[in-house]
Amino acid sequence: MSIGVKVVERPIEQTSYVRATLTGMKHTLKHIFQEKVTTQYPEEKESISKRWRGTHRMLTTEDGKAKCVACGLCPTVCPANCIKLVPGEDEKGNRYPLLFEIDEFRCIFCGYCQEVCPEEAIHVGRHYENSEYSREGFVYDLERLMAQTHPVCEMWDPADPRGE
Amino acid sequence: MTAPVLALLQITGPTTEPHFGVWFLATIIKLIVVFTVYMVSAALLTLAERKISAWIQDRHGPNRVGGRSGILQPIADGVKNFVKEETYPDAANLPLFILAPVLSFIPALIAWAVIPFAAPWGSKWGIIEMVLAPMPIGFLFILAISSLGVYGIVIAGWSSNNKYALLGGLRSSAQMISYEISMGMATIPVLLLAGNVSMSQIVNQQAFETWNVINLTVAFLIFLVAAFAETNRLPFDLPEAESELIAGYHSEYSAMKFSLFFIAEYCNMVTASALMATLFFGGWDIPFTLWDNLAPHTFLKTILTLVAFALKTGFFLFLYMWIRWTLPRFRYDQLMSLGWKIMLPLALTYIVVIAGAVVLLEALGFARGSWPFHLGLAMINLAGVVILFMILDRGRLVSPAYSRLDRRDLAKLRAVSATPIAPPLSETGD
Repeated sequence: MSIGVKVVERPIEQTSYVRATLTGMKHTLKHIFQEKVTTQYPEEKESISKRWRGTHRMLTTEDGKAKCVACGLCPTVCPANCIKLVPGEDEKGNRYPLLFEIDEFRCIFCGYCQEVCPEEAIHVGRHYENSEYSREGFVYDLERLMAQTHPVCEMWDPADPRGE
Repeated sequence: MTAPVLALLQITGPTTEPHFGVWFLATIIKLIVVFTVYMVSAALLTLAERKISAWIQDRHGPNRVGGRSGILQPIADGVKNFVKEETYPDAANLPLFILAPVLSFIPALIAWAVIPFAAPWGSKWGIIEMVLAPMPIGFLFILAISSLGVYGIVIAGWSSNNKYALLGGLRSSAQMISYEISMGMATIPVLLLAGNVSMSQIVNQQAFETWNVINLTVAFLIFLVAAFAETNRLPFDLPEAESELIAGYHSEYSAMKFSLFFIAEYCNMVTASALMATLFFGGWDIPFTLWDNLAPHTFLKTILTLVAFALKTGFFLFLYMWIRWTLPRFRYDQLMSLGWKIMLPLALTYIVVIAGAVVLLEALGFARGSWPFHLGLAMINLAGVVILFMILDRGRLVSPAYSRLDRRDLAKLRAVSATPIAPPLSETGD
């Protein structure tokens, strides 16, 4: 015991090992019969927020083409530098992406690409279960992004900050 | 094949000693059955432990292998341990390294041999004792064998050539030796009342009189705590303290050798629980009736007493797990001071108290085994328990970090801190 240390005189109820032990055992016994809190994950899933930012999805027009006009805003705004875009132009002068790839491993899921997109083409989605056998499998090309079917993230609305 | 076996099975009647052949066959059958049940229950205990820990933490526990109950989990674990790689550290002492798990596993098994697990069965081939080896030295045998378990752990710790393993081994040897003394001492009052060290005699004495837990509660409490320390279970699992020693003595072990240590721990738990049931809770005795203790010894009685014994043992196994998932680990100095400064003097005092009480009650003219004798003993014991708990409840039991200082020490320390040790340093100097 160091000299000058303040010694707290506690009442017996607080220092008794026997009482603490018995209280603890009562507590653990009570928990044995309590309802369990586990979510049995693959069978049941927790609901995720409407603003969940997960796997990307490219929306399409009615005729099945990507909405993307290859403006180049998303690779510019992307802080993780995970979007690769090579723009092309058809004979009518419409721009479209020759190459559009998102590396889901580099992505930090900030959602800036969705916010910046003028055509509401690229979205982050409400989806989080991805697995691949290789790292290359996580580089999603345009077909793969267009083939995603999960719901997309709803952006934060200043008029309805709580999403109600 | 059948002819020589039949010749051995001489019918002698349900009250006589069996013929040698019958005794031999019965012993072999008992051996196989008890060993199987013992191993299966040890396997199921690993599941029970995980289930109970999960329930206490509001989880479900293993529920993927074998339906929601996870009943096949022990088999999956066993298969996993068999196919895992056996690692042999370069610096290990190989012969001892391999021997150690066996040394810790075998004593746990052998100790079971003398515990009577059911009422004797009066078959037409003679009366068959429901104990593997009805030795007259029963309890001494258990004390001797249970001390051997520490060798496995110490040798494992030393032969691994690993500092954490060695520390775990050293801790366990110190711990088990310390607590074995109190454990042995706690059982002396039991032997005093039974007047015998044979386990069946102890059970019979309790069946015809009262369970020892009523007369010898303090001895039971000491035995309970010592049994926890002996089996290296929380709150006394210092030999394998994960947070300090990685895993203590078995940090270098893998696959089946690790599994043997694991099984040995559960076997030790079963044996200790069975011992507590036998010594203090009447063994296989069914309470409030003598029907199970008197002849004729039918097979039904054997089965029912076996169930009673299993329930009592099961309760203590549950208590083991319940306490494990409730109490945190003791500090090493707390463990030692509890063992030497509290448990041992307490056990010794209790022997004197009980021996004195027995002499006193007999001198007062109450015959041993009569109900006034037991009433008197129970009253003395009750007084002892009340005094014990009042002393234990003073907050200095395990020297917590905020333990209350003795007032004299406090005054002395304050006096020391008030006197300047050296002349105060000059403020102007640099």
